[in-house]
Amino acid sequence: MGITFSTSSGPLRALDGVSLAIRPGEFVSLLGPSGCGKSTLLRLVADILAPTDGMISVAGDVPASARRRRAFGFVFQDATLLAWRDAERNILLPLEIASDTHNARQRAQRLLELVGLAQFGGAYPWQLSGGMRQRVAIARALITEPQILLMDEPFGALDEITREYMNLELLRIWEATRTTILFVTHSSPEAVFLSDRVVVMGTNPGRVKLDLRVELSRPRDPAMKETVEFARHTAALRRALVGETRPA
Amino acid sequence: MGAVQVAARVAPTRRASPTTRLLVPALGILGVLSYWELHIRFFKVPAYLVPAPSLIAQTFVEEWPTLQRNLGATVIEAAGGFFIGNAVAILLATLFVHNKTMERTLFPIAVAVRTVPIIAIAPILVLLLGNGYAPKIVIAALISFFPTLVNMVRGLEAVEASALELMRVLSATRRQILFKLRLPSSLPFLFAALKISTASSVIGAIVAEWIGADTGLGYLIVVSTFEFRTGLLYATTAVASFLALGLFLAIVVLERLVIRWQPEAPKR
Ligand SMILES: Nc1ncnc2c1ncn2[C@@H]1O[C@H](COP(=O)(O)OP(=O)(O)OP(=O)(O)O)[C@@H](O)[C@H]1O
Ligand SMILES: [Mg+2]
Repeated sequence: MGITFSTSSGPLRALDGVSLAIRPGEFVSLLGPSGCGKSTLLRLVADILAPTDGMISVAGDVPASARRRRAFGFVFQDATLLAWRDAERNILLPLEIASDTHNARQRAQRLLELVGLAQFGGAYPWQLSGGMRQRVAIARALITEPQILLMDEPFGALDEITREYMNLELLRIWEATRTTILFVTHSSPEAVFLSDRVVVMGTNPGRVKLDLRVELSRPRDPAMKETVEFARHTAALRRALVGETRPA
Repeated sequence: MGAVQVAARVAPTRRASPTTRLLVPALGILGVLSYWELHIRFFKVPAYLVPAPSLIAQTFVEEWPTLQRNLGATVIEAAGGFFIGNAVAILLATLFVHNKTMERTLFPIAVAVRTVPIIAIAPILVLLLGNGYAPKIVIAALISFFPTLVNMVRGLEAVEASALELMRVLSATRRQILFKLRLPSSLPFLFAALKISTASSVIGAIVAEWIGADTGLGYLIVVSTFEFRTGLLYATTAVASFLALGLFLAIVVLERLVIRWQPEAPKR
């Protein structure tokens, strides 16, 4: 599967020959240097973009129909909250659009608690810190209980402690909902800690360089980050990434 | 000793107290008026050339029934034109954002209408629509219409690309995108345009009354000029500016009520 953007400086091959198969319920991370097409790949899966060649299938369906039955939750690189809605009403947006009002406010409140913002339902985006905004965006993506969760560097703006806490929360949510997660990150320890598989991508054009199965037992425990096993995984990812930045 | 030491206290930003904030401009205005009054008394400037503030105030009180009657007509024309002009602009902007062909067809016409000087179309409209409220309302509408159209199109299109992507992932309909995303994010742009429109709709109504009317502030201005009732002329002018100011303040209050999600000092 590939995609070519037409730009003012001619066609740009953003992804080329990318082939990925993700099992239902699997947690897959995408890792790679800036501009290698990670965000583009998520947009293709969510039917925000269409591939120029090749095909994508989501649960045996084309992405467009998966999108229309609201199979996706998407967390964007920037939180993308609506400035005129408070946190709770931002979280409620997907339900409003789907005209699904059943217990809507309780569900929003439960998600606010889940992301640790129970007291902030009435706060407007400008009153929240960057990390808090991102957590509201995660709650918004979860409220429709999506079959597939696409997350574009959701924790990039968080401090390390909050990030670790959110990682554990995400794993807990994932285990409880058995949703499939495609997760973009720049941190190899985060990728190893969370994922069943880590896909390393390279640039020019964007392609898959390494598809690493993570051989750590579940449930994951932060203490695992200090094990030799863990270090072996991050080292493999680092080698794949570094090989990328050196000219061939 | 470190290379950088931080020992700062953040003092609350000092703002002028409400009395000072009102007192200072009030004193300024009072100063100008006193000078005006004294200058005219001292140099014995004839009242038909420039009336003293005291004479204007006196005329204001004495002629209030006349002023009020004519103000009523101008309010109807300016407010009517303001509503119609802005409503049409908002609807057209919404149409343009959803239909590029429409925009390409109609926008040049809107620009063309805009480039004809309002003073030049006024007599034509009076000929077409008679001497009543209609031509004044149309002129006030024409003059308020264009800034709102341009600003509203910009506002409706000023949505973040990722917000549109979010709407797409949520499979929102075009209607939902309009009401839940485009319209709310265009509101700051709309209010900026509405504030411009308040003054221009009053101008439109008065200019239209100059051409042909038997009532209204514009009519009163023409009559009092020809009859050398300069006190009345100045009083009428003051009423016209108060009208524009009143409409402007009404929009400011409405904006405060509607846009509640922004911090005190808005970013845009
Ligand atoms: N709409 C577009 N039109 C043209 N080129 C695009 C478009 N979107 C992305 N690109 C290009 O495609 C390439 C991949 O972009 P993408 O945003 O997917 O990178 P990324 O891996 O997410 O990077 P980062 O880690 O910085 O977020 C870049 O070279 C970018 O310039
Ligand atoms: Mg990206």
